[in-house]
Parts: sequence; C-alpha cells; structure tokens
Amino acid sequence: MDLILSAIEILMRWDVALALLAGSVGGVLIGAIPGVGPAVAIAILLPATFSMDPIVGLTVLLGIYGSSMYGGAIPAILINTPGTAVNALTTYDGYPMTARGEPRRALSLAYSASFFGGVFSVICLILFAPVLAKVAPMFGSREIFLAALLGLILVVVAHRGQALIAGALACFGIFLNTIGMEPVKYTQRYTFGQDFLGGGINLIVVVLGLFAISQAFVLLTDEDEKIHLTRLRGGMFQGLRELSRHPRVASVSAGFGVLMGMIPGVGEFTAQFMSYTYAQKTSKRPQDFGRGSSEGLIAAETANNAVPAAAMVPLLALGIPGEALTAMMLSVFYVHNVVPGPGLFQNDMDFVVALYLALLILNVLVLIFLLFATRSLIQVVKIPNRFLGVCILTLSFVGVYSLRNSATDCVMAAAFGLVGYILKRLSLPAVPIILGMVLGGIMEVKLRAAMARVKTPFDFIDRPVAFILFSIIILVLALHIIRAFRDRKELKEAEWQIKTSSMSFGGLMWRRKNSFLKDRGKQVRARHAKLLRRLTDLF
Amino acid sequence: MTTERERRFPGPRRGQLIFALAFVALAALLLALIGEQTAWVKKTKFFAQPRFWPAVALGGMVLMGGLHLYRMPWRRVTRYDGWEARRWGQALEYVLWFMGYVLLVPIVGYLPVTLVFVPLLTWRMGYRSPRMLWISACFAIAVVLVFKGLLSVRIPGALLYEYLPGSLRSFAILYL
Repeated sequence: MDLILSAIEILMRWDVALALLAGSVGGVLIGAIPGVGPAVAIAILLPATFSMDPIVGLTVLLGIYGSSMYGGAIPAILINTPGTAVNALTTYDGYPMTARGEPRRALSLAYSASFFGGVFSVICLILFAPVLAKVAPMFGSREIFLAALLGLILVVVAHRGQALIAGALACFGIFLNTIGMEPVKYTQRYTFGQDFLGGGINLIVVVLGLFAISQAFVLLTDEDEKIHLTRLRGGMFQGLRELSRHPRVASVSAGFGVLMGMIPGVGEFTAQFMSYTYAQKTSKRPQDFGRGSSEGLIAAETANNAVPAAAMVPLLALGIPGEALTAMMLSVFYVHNVVPGPGLFQNDMDFVVALYLALLILNVLVLIFLLFATRSLIQVVKIPNRFLGVCILTLSFVGVYSLRNSATDCVMAAAFGLVGYILKRLSLPAVPIILGMVLGGIMEVKLRAAMARVKTPFDFIDRPVAFILFSIIILVLALHIIRAFRDRKELKEAEWQIKTSSMSFGGLMWRRKNSFLKDRGKQVRARHAKLLRRLTDLF
Repeated sequence: MTTERERRFPGPRRGQLIFALAFVALAALLLALIGEQTAWVKKTKFFAQPRFWPAVALGGMVLMGGLHLYRMPWRRVTRYDGWEARRWGQALEYVLWFMGYVLLVPIVGYLPVTLVFVPLLTWRMGYRSPRMLWISACFAIAVVLVFKGLLSVRIPGALLYEYLPGSLRSFAILYL
C-alpha cells in the first residue's frame, strides 16, 4: 500500500498530468490515422522527451504506445484498413459489423475490450511486481546476456518464412552497434578513418530513418486512397454491456496478452492469434468468426491492448527491450542515466509502479475520450496519404536535427530511410535491425563481464536462472529447426502433388534406369515376362 | 507458371534477388576488411577482443544472407527487378528534398524554411487547391511553434536572424 501511495505521489504533478493527457489523446489520433502508427510518432517525439523528466517523457511515450491501438481500431472497423499493424485482426470481425450497419456496436465493443485488456494487464503486473522484484536480482551478467540472446532469437524465429533474412538483419543491427570507438581497448572499428563514424551510429538516427522517414517515402510515392465513411448511429455504451456477457473470452485473451507481452520478441500478433483461435474453438457459434462475431472482436482487441504494460516487464526488470517501441523507450532511460534492470526494481520500485498506474489512468482517459469524441475523431481518417507523407518528413527533421544539430545525422537518417523504404517494399522486417543494435550492445558488455568470472564454458550455465535460460534457447532453436524441416517436407509434398511424371523427360529416364537396376524392378519385369509368356503360349 | 516454392515465398518477388545479392556482397566486403578495420589486442581474452562482435555480426550476415539467397526460388534478375530498383530510385527525390530542407534551416531559419518547404512539397505532391495549401502552411507554423516555441527542442537560430534588429533578433533565435 505504501508503494502505491508513493507511486501516486510521483504522478501528482501538473506536467505528468499534461503528459498523460497529451500521450493518450495524441496516441489515439496517431493510431486512428492509417500509415502513421506509434513507432513513427515515438521515433519523432523521442528527442523532444530527452529534455523532460524521465517519468514525464516515459508517460508521453507510454501514452502513445498504450492508446494507439484504441485509435487503430477505428479505421479497421469503419474502412477495413487497420490504423496500426496490430489492428489487422480487428478488421476480420469489425468491418463485417460495419457492413451490416452496426459500426457503433463494433466501435463500442472494441473500446470496451481494449479497456478491459489494458486494465487487466496493469492490475496483473502491479500484483506481480513484488514477485518480479524478488526474481530480478537473480539476473547477473550471464543471465542478462542469455536473456538478451533469447530475445534476439525469438524475434528472428517469430518471422516465419523469413527467419534467415530476419537473422541476417539482426546481425546487421549488431554490426551497426559495433561501429565507432570501442569503449574498453579504445580501438576504432569500421570507421574508415572518418571522424563522424568515430562516435558510432546513433540509435535514434537509425530508428527515425527506418520507421519515420521510410514511412514518409512510402506515403509520398504512393497514391491517395478514396475513403467512404459510414455514419454512426446508436449508443456508445452498449459495448460495455456486451463485453460483460463474454467474461471468459475477455479474461483468457487478456491473459494471453500479458503472457505473450512479457516474452521478448513475441508480442501482440502471437497473443492475438492465440486468443482468437481459443475464442473460435470454444465458441458456440464458430461459424460467425470472420463475419462480424462479437467474440472475435473481443479476443483480438483485448489481447493486443494487454501487451503494452506487459512488454514493459523485460525492459524495466532486466533492461532488455522485447520489441522496437520498448527499444526506443530504453534510450529515454539512458539519456537520464536511469539504468533499467534488477537495480530499478530493488531501489526504485515506486517509479515502476508509478509507470503502471500512469498506464491505468491512461486507459480510463482514453475510454472517456473515445466514448464522447469518436464522431469528430473519425475525420482524421480522411487525411490524404501523400500529405501525411509531407507531414511525417517535416516532423522527422525535428527528430533528427534536434539530437546534435548535425547534418551528417540527417544524411545517415535519410540513408536508413531509404533502407527502410526498400525493406517495406519487399515486406522484410526492420525491427530485427533495431533490436540487434540495442541487444547487441547489451550482449557485448554482459558477455565481457560474465566471461571474466568463468573458468570453464560449463560455469556459464551453472546458476539456476542461467541454466533455465540456456535450456529455453536450446528448446526454441530445436523447435524452430523441427518447424523448418516440417515446412520443407510440406513443400516437397505440395510440389509432388502438383508435379506429374511426364513433365520431365530426364526424370522419366532416370526413374526407368532405377527401375531396371533395382531388385524389385527385376522381379516385376520377371513376373510380367512370365505372364506374357503364358499369354503367348495360349495361341 | 508460379511454382509452389515461389507461391510460398513471403512478400513480393520484385526486387528480392537484387536486395539479397547487394546485402550479401556488402556483408562479404565488410568481412573481408575485418583485419584492416578492427584490432586484435594481445593479452586479451577471446570474448573481450574488439574484433569479436564485428566478426560475429558480419559472419552472421554473410551466413544467413547467403542461405537466404541460396533458398530463394529465383536465380535470374528479371525486368520486374529492374522496375523495382527504379522505384527505389524515385525515393531519392525525397531524400534530396529532405537534405535541402536540412541545409537551409541553419542559414535561413526554421520558420521561414518550413513555411516554404511544406506548401512547396504539398504542391509537388499534386495538391493544388488553396485549401490544402493553407492547411499545409498552418501545419508548418504549428510544427515550429510546438517544437521550437513550446517544447524548446534544440534547433539553432539561423544566420539570417543575425541581421534582424535587437529584440526581434533574440526572439527569432529563441522561438522561430
């Protein structure tokens, strides 16, 4: 109780209140505009938050992170275009509801489900915080190294069908982090004698390039879309009543969100997929899923909104970000010399609880805002794409230039913008680059520190937490290899089903040759010859 | 006809081969330069060597990028790859717009350059209605006021502001 009271004390400031309001309203707006998304907004605002107190800066960023998914449901339901990537599943059941004339019901249900997911996860984590505070000190250098490695592996294997290129891009991120003056032996690494590379490549510059500038390029080179909005009719509070009729789906989905959010590299998509599948399998009307099912909408929205609070756990407890947005937030900590990790949970537990309470208040603010302002808010969906590109490019300048007033940073950000643009055109992931940069730095420092204390390689995993993490890494890799082999087998089977023997003359000849040479072939030929002889003997 | 392997490939075909080739070539080139660009320090443990992590990263890039290239269902660059590369080149125009904006701000000033840049790029994007141009101008003013005036982000005063009279000069340097 004392902990919660001291956390409330941290939040009782006018600038924190303002940050909460700006973050929640801004996040909803940003989420509601298809093509912007929280990553772009956080990347742009990041340098502006450096001059603020850590709690104020983090509240703004958390506000955007936590509330953008509420906003993202609006275009997903009304125009079948997800506002943020994680609202893609919302379109499955949200848009069919709009198509049959129930947009208000769909929106209200999405808001209520999101609210439940957000509040559920925050309450879970506040209750879970004392346990975390006990577990976190068990993480020394080698455990943090293994956890970072596990996070990186999970991010890579999560990109099904693209794991190899995701791994290569994660390594590219690690390489970017190594450029510049090495801090222990003071040697230069890949600077090519250039002064501007001596200080290394700034994470914010890469983030702004890969997320904000690349998105501006995508929008600027694209066509504008024609948008037809449906008129909203009916009450906005019916969703709360409807949600109360599905407590099981809502709680299980929120549970999946919390669990998946805590695991680095997994996040919203897996949580949504699992909760949606669960809801469909246990529903009395599974045939309605994908055709405007309220349970489907609840599962998708509850799961994705339960993730942000949970995603803060590995960041705060271990200093390991699980995805791009928390990786960006990590830089806010570093700027203010606040080191997230076991120490933060031991010494500044009130700060951690204050962040969770801020998320709780944020959910309430967003719900109130959306219940009353949806009618006006949906107009932002109409902003033309290319004009949005102009706006993002203008705002990206503030983000990059305000860092160090360096034109070189801007050149680098533009170059990474081009790389990000190419990755987006090819549907390749940019997140592994960012996580490679952040986790690569952590792994380098922690491995060096850990190896100084071990004599044999086995000593590295002789502590319980280290051994568990190592076992999980082996398990994840083994499962991934099994899955890759299974995919390969399926592909071969599919190829065999399509392929007909007559398609390849060389193949036919090869099979004939084998048939002649094998014992089975000889037996078959002998049998046929015998039958043929009997037949000819008849005449 | 599209093969099963091509159909199962995540993402579009256009440009994939060029990107993978360029990525592996760059990684291999950087790996070849590792002896020259990193140091091997004597009496230092293997894992603490300055060369260790660049080697891990570049080795991973070459290995995984190479495997990605090997497993790709296409072996030849087609005209669609060429069109895609040209599309990437189109984005260079906006890199130039951005760099022009970056270079002019310290000379002319944040507010004047933004006030010209945003409506001009809006015009370039094909929005010719006075309404859109007014909206773009208002957006430009709002950005400058919010970021420089309100949030006080670090954007230095321009060279031209030095020629402004006394109090206006300091106001312009601080807020515009």
